[in-house]
Amino acid sequence: MNQAYEVSHLLAGAMLVTSFALLYQERIAAVLNAFAAQSITLALAVAWAAWSQDRPDLFITALIALVLKGIVIPVALHRTVQRLGIHREVEKVVGVGIALVVGLALTGLAQALVLKVAHATASHAREELALALAIILLGFLMMILRRNAVTQVVGFMSMENGLILAATGARGMPLVVEVSVAFSVLITLFVFAVFVFRIRERFDTIDIEALDRMRGDRR
Amino acid sequence: MTMGDLVVQVLAQGAQMFFVLLIAPLAVGVVRRVKARLMRRQGAPLLQGYRDLAKLLRKESVVAESASWLFRSAPVLIFALTWVAAALVPSFASGLMFNWAADVVALVALLGAARALLALAGMDVGTSFGGIGSSREMMIATLAEPAMMLIVLTLAIAAGTTRLAGVADFFIAEPFAVRVSLALSLVALIIVALAENARIPVDNPVTHLELTMVHEAMILEYSGRHLALIEAASYLKLVLYLSLLICLFAPFGMAPATAGVGGWALGLLIWTAKLLGGAALLGLWEVSIAKMRVFRLPDFVGIAFVFGFLAILLAFLTRGAVE
Amino acid sequence: MIHAYQIVVLAPYVAALVLVAIPGYRVGAIANVLASGVTFGAGLWLIGSARRVGDYAIVDEFNIVFIAINTLVGFTTALFSASYIGHEIETGRLPSSFVRFYHAMFQAMMGSMNLALIANNIGVMWVGLELATLITVVMVGLYRTPQAIEAAWKYFILASVGISLAFFGTILIYLAGQPALGEGVPAMTWSLLQAAATRLDPAILDLAFIFLLIGYGTKVGLAPLHAWLPDAHAEGPTPISAVLSGLLLNVALYILLRFKMIVAGQPAALDPGPVMIVMGLVSLIFAAFMLYQRRDIKRLFAYSSIEHMGLMVFAFGMGGPLANFAGLLHMAMHSLTKSGIFFAVGHIAQAKGTQRIAEITGLSVTHPRLAVVFALAVLAICGMPPFGVFASEFLILTTTFAREPWLALLPAFGLLVGFGALLMRLQGTIFGEPVGPAHRVDASSVPMVLHLLLVLTAGIYLPPMLVVWFRRAAELLG
Repeated sequence: MNQAYEVSHLLAGAMLVTSFALLYQERIAAVLNAFAAQSITLALAVAWAAWSQDRPDLFITALIALVLKGIVIPVALHRTVQRLGIHREVEKVVGVGIALVVGLALTGLAQALVLKVAHATASHAREELALALAIILLGFLMMILRRNAVTQVVGFMSMENGLILAATGARGMPLVVEVSVAFSVLITLFVFAVFVFRIRERFDTIDIEALDRMRGDRR
Repeated sequence: MTMGDLVVQVLAQGAQMFFVLLIAPLAVGVVRRVKARLMRRQGAPLLQGYRDLAKLLRKESVVAESASWLFRSAPVLIFALTWVAAALVPSFASGLMFNWAADVVALVALLGAARALLALAGMDVGTSFGGIGSSREMMIATLAEPAMMLIVLTLAIAAGTTRLAGVADFFIAEPFAVRVSLALSLVALIIVALAENARIPVDNPVTHLELTMVHEAMILEYSGRHLALIEAASYLKLVLYLSLLICLFAPFGMAPATAGVGGWALGLLIWTAKLLGGAALLGLWEVSIAKMRVFRLPDFVGIAFVFGFLAILLAFLTRGAVE
Repeated sequence: MIHAYQIVVLAPYVAALVLVAIPGYRVGAIANVLASGVTFGAGLWLIGSARRVGDYAIVDEFNIVFIAINTLVGFTTALFSASYIGHEIETGRLPSSFVRFYHAMFQAMMGSMNLALIANNIGVMWVGLELATLITVVMVGLYRTPQAIEAAWKYFILASVGISLAFFGTILIYLAGQPALGEGVPAMTWSLLQAAATRLDPAILDLAFIFLLIGYGTKVGLAPLHAWLPDAHAEGPTPISAVLSGLLLNVALYILLRFKMIVAGQPAALDPGPVMIVMGLVSLIFAAFMLYQRRDIKRLFAYSSIEHMGLMVFAFGMGGPLANFAGLLHMAMHSLTKSGIFFAVGHIAQAKGTQRIAEITGLSVTHPRLAVVFALAVLAICGMPPFGVFASEFLILTTTFAREPWLALLPAFGLLVGFGALLMRLQGTIFGEPVGPAHRVDASSVPMVLHLLLVLTAGIYLPPMLVVWFRRAAELLG
C-alpha cells in the first residue's frame, strides 16, 4: 500500500466524517461550518489526486471546491441566515440519534454495494467509490431529514461533494466533464439562491413545512 | 526459564503495578495544575493528589444508617478491579509476565464490573442524588461500552489480535499506516475515555452541580477511607485510559519484553513523559471546551459509537481492498 | 464547413444570447419564433444529411427521431407562446420585464435538450439534460406565486437528487469501460462503450444501470419518482408545460435507452428489460388511477403524461424490433398530442381564467371551436381511432399479446382506467351549463390544430418512408 493511496483514503474518510457532522449539528451556523470543512477537505483530496496522479487539470476542480464551496458559499449563507433572522436551530424531521443510525446503515449499504460489484476495479478506486457513495447517500438523507431550505441546500451541495470525489477517484475521467460539473454546480447554486430569496419574500420563513401547506391540488 | 528470570519477570510486573499506582495522583495533579494556570490561577501544587488521599485515609468514614454491606465493600472492590485493569495495560514494556491477560475485552469487562458496582453503591443509600448519578452513568455506559467494543474489534481486525501487547507490537512494526479506520477509532476512544473518566464535556469533576453531575453524584455519600479508595480508583482509571491511548496510538519507545532492566528504565522514563504530556493535553482540552447539557450527552457519546462503527466498516472495506 | 447537427445545438444558444438583449415583447417573440424555425430547419436538414459517429457527436436514425420531434415541437411551442405570453403580460400575471429572460431561457433550454440528444459522450448527455432541467426549474417558478415556488422547489429538490444519482451512474459506466477502453475520453464515448459492451464488467454495469434508471427515471417521471411532475406542469407557464411533457421527458427517456443499449449488449449483466417493464407498468397503472382524483386540469394531463411515459418504458422494456417501433411511434404521437393538449389547455385557462376543472364547464356553448379541438385532442390521447396514438397503443398491445398474452392485460387495463377518467373529465368541461367568466382567447390556435392534424394523418396513413426510418431506429435499439 503506497503513501498516495493512504492519504487519499484518509481525506475521503475525513469527508465521510464531516458528512456525519452535518447530520449531527443542531444549529444552522454549525451546519454551514461543517459543510465548509467538508468542502475544504474535498479540495485537499482533489488536489492530492491531481498531484499524485499527475493531472494538473484537477487543480482547477480543487480550486473551485476550495474557493466556491469552502469559502464563498458558506460565508454567503451565513450572511443570509443572519440577515433574514431565520430560526437558528435546524428543523428536523427525526432526532439526531435516529439520523445517525440511518446514516450508518446507509454507509454500510454503500459499502456492501460497491464491494460486491467492483472486483475488477483497482482497489483504491473501489474504496474511494464506496466512500463517495456513502457521502452522496448521507447528503440525500440530510435533504430528506432536514426541513429548512438552507439545510436542504447544504445537503444537496454535500451530495455534489461526494460526486466530485467519485469523479476524481475514477482515474482519467476527462476534463470536459469536470469543468461542466463545476459549471452545473454554479448554475445550481444560482438557482438555489434565487429560490431562497423568493421563498423568503413569500412566507417570511424558509421552513419547507410552510410550503407544504399549499399543496396545489388540495386548494 | 531459570529461577532468576522468573524473579526478574515478577519484579517487572510488580513494578508496573506499583508505578501505575504511584503516578496516578501526579497525573491528576498535572491536569488540575494545567487547568489552573490556563485560567490564570495559582492552582494546587502538583502533589496535592497524594495529600488528599493521605488526608482522607486518616479521616473517619461516616456511613449512612440505611447503607448495606454493598456500600461498604464497593470501594474496595472498585479499587481492586480498576487497579488490576490499569496494571494490565502495557506501559513501559510490552510482553511482561501477565501480558496474556492484557486483553482489551478483559479490560472492558473489568471496568464494566467496577462501573456496575459504583452504580449500585450510588443507589444503595437511597438518596436522590445517588440515584440520578447512577442512572446518568448507566445512560452514558450504554453508549460508551458498545463503542468501546467496536473500537476493540477494529483494532483486532487491523492487528489480528485483541491482546494489547500484540496490538502495540503491530503498531511499532508499522508506524506509518495512516488508516482512516484507526484515526476514527482514536477519536472514538478519546470520546469514550472522556466519558468514562467523567471529564468535560460529559461531566465536570470539580463541581457538584445537581443539574449536571454524574460521577460526583454517585459518590456523594462516601467519606474517609472509602472515599479515598474511590478517588484513587478514579485516578487509576485516568492513567489507564491515557496508557491505553499511548499504548495503541503512540507506542514508540516501549521496551520489548527482553530489554532487561536498563531498557525498562528507559521505557519507563518515556512512558512517564508521554503520560504527563497526555495529562497536560487533557487539561488544555478541558479549559477550552464547555460542559454539555445532560440531554445532549447521548448524542455526544453516540459520536463515539458512530465513529467506532464507521471504523469497523472501513476496516472491512480496506481489508476487502487488500485481498 | 458547418454541419446540421452543429446548427441544431448552436442556433438556440446563439439565439439565447441575442434574445437577452432584446427588450421588447413583440420583437422578442418574433425572434424567438425565428430562432426556433431555424433550429427546426436544421432538424429537417439533419434527417437528410449523412449519419455520422464522432468523438463528441453522434447522428444515427435513433436520435434523429428525437431531434426531429424536439425541433418541431420547439417551433410550434414558440409560435404558441408568442401569442400566449402576450396575454399573460396584459393580464398582469407576468411582469413584462421577465419576457426577455423567458425567451432567452426558452432557447437555452431547447439548445441544451438538443445537446443531450446529439452527444456521443455520456458526460455531455448528462450535462445537456441537467442544464435543460435547471432552466425549466426557473421557468416553473416564473409566476412567483406561492404554489409556483413550491412546485419549483419540489421539482428542484427531486431533480437534483436525480441529477446526482444519474451522475454517479455515469461514473460507474466510465469505471466499467475503463479496463476495456483505457482511461480518458474513450471510456465515456457512447458508441465505443456500446461496441465494447461484451468486455465491460457486468457487475458494475448492473449497479450503474440501477443508478441511471433511478436518476434518469426521475426525469422521465416514473412512479414512485414522479412527485415533481404534476406540480411543475400545473404551476409553470403553459408553453413550458407543453415542452416539459412533450420534450423533456423524451430526452430523459432517450438517455435511459442509450444506456439500456449498452447494458443489454453485455449478456452477463442484468437484463434491463424486465426492470423497465415493471417500472413502466407501475407508472402506467398508478397514474391511470390518479387521474380520477385530479381537480386541476394541467395536473390531470400531467398524470396522463406519466401514464404514457410508463407505457413507452414498458414497450422499450419488452424490446424487439416491433415493440421498439411501437414505443418510438408512441413517443412521437404522445409528444405531438400532449403538447397540443397543453396548448388547448392554455386557451381554456385564458378563456375561463382558472385551471380548476370544476369551474371549467360548458365550453361547447361559450367557445365552440376551442371545445371541438380540445375534445378531439383528448380523444386522441385516450387512444381513440383514427388518431396516431391509437395506432401506437394498438401496436404495443398486440406485440405484447403475441409474445406474453397475460402480460398484455396489465397495460390494457391501465389504459382503460385512464380512458375512463379522461372521458369523465372531458364530458364535464365540454358540456353542461357554462359558469364563471368567458373571456375572448387571443392565443393562436394554429399550433394545436397543426399537431392534431399531424397525429390524425399518422393515424390514417403512415408514409412508408417514415415507417422505414422508424424501423431502422427500432433495430438500433435492439
